[in-house]
Amino acid sequence: MREGEDEWTGLMRSAISGDDAAYHRLLKAVTPVLRAAARRGLARAGQPVDQSEDIVQEILLAVHLKRHTWDANAPFAPWLFAIARNKLIDSLRRRGRRVFVNIDDFAEAIASEPAAETASASEVAAQLKSLPARQRDVLQSIAVDSASIKDTAAKFAISEGAVRVALHRGLASLTAKLREQ
Amino acid sequence: METDQLIRTLTADNAHHARPVGLVLALALLAAAPVSVAMFVAGLGVRPDLMTAMHNPFFDLKFLVTLALAIPAIAIGLHLSRPEASLQGWAWLLLIPAGLLLIGIISEMMLPQRAPMMTRLVGSNSRLCMTAIPLMSLPLLAAALIGLRHGAPTRPAVTGAVAGLLSAGLAATLYASHCTDDSPLFVATWYSIATALVTAAGALAGSRLLRF
Repeated sequence: MREGEDEWTGLMRSAISGDDAAYHRLLKAVTPVLRAAARRGLARAGQPVDQSEDIVQEILLAVHLKRHTWDANAPFAPWLFAIARNKLIDSLRRRGRRVFVNIDDFAEAIASEPAAETASASEVAAQLKSLPARQRDVLQSIAVDSASIKDTAAKFAISEGAVRVALHRGLASLTAKLREQ
Repeated sequence: METDQLIRTLTADNAHHARPVGLVLALALLAAAPVSVAMFVAGLGVRPDLMTAMHNPFFDLKFLVTLALAIPAIAIGLHLSRPEASLQGWAWLLLIPAGLLLIGIISEMMLPQRAPMMTRLVGSNSRLCMTAIPLMSLPLLAAALIGLRHGAPTRPAVTGAVAGLLSAGLAATLYASHCTDDSPLFVATWYSIATALVTAAGALAGSRLLRF
């Protein structure tokens, strides 16, 4: 378990210095841990656990948009769990329950969750529809059609820079909409 | 949307690098400072006997106290903008201005005074002090909240309160050069009340605006 966390720290350092593959690997690696913790939180709050994937996606968005607040000299796991815990509490509160989430939920989850299934959630997809056209098209193209930034630029006859801007703004407004829903 | 699709999308955005929170906070405060200074110049202005006053250690102490509040509050605010941060090991910094004031009060007590204690405490500018400091701190509070919003504070109300402290400290630094009440008793009473008002406003605003 400790080894896994050290690996995360290394992956995040590489990711920040521009290694996209490391970033992808990191997000894939933390997702089952986040999923297990989200399920546990929902179960404890008496909520259906099938909503856990919405929470997982919200946490991943927050991790992405706030990764500049991680200190590259500090271990990654405590930072990740602080973000996750915050999002989990927010999300449960929004669903009408006030619960306390134990930080140990995450530590336990690391040890107990081997399954790395893929799962789907509806909230992100629903909010995607309400984005401005350019942001929505770019996000659709990259997320759903698996197009690269280059292909997306060609498809909509815009520059790659414009795709990148729309992509980032889209992710930021998606997160804002999820928070305010 | 499948989580794998989301992860792929986030990876595609990996090249985007956000500015550090400290830089955003600094820029926001630098943008807001001229507004507060303009309010000060238009409404108050520096006291006419500034040159004489500067020889009075109790006049100088006011700046020491207000800056000893503002500067640690900036550091604590930046610290709290990280999600895993706690106040532990940082909160004592806020005792520095209180300690300085206490030293000032004791020193003043030991010196012969022309005015009685209550007169020095009540002063002649208390109402102005309680209005001017909160008003001049508003642009700075807004800037501090904008800057800290760029971070990921997991305790939004506490972080908002710290934003209130830092903006009140900066506004009080401006106000101190106008006010002719130099007694540490006056500062401890009225500056503190003004600061508490701004801190409460910051906590309230922070609990709404600093959630991410």
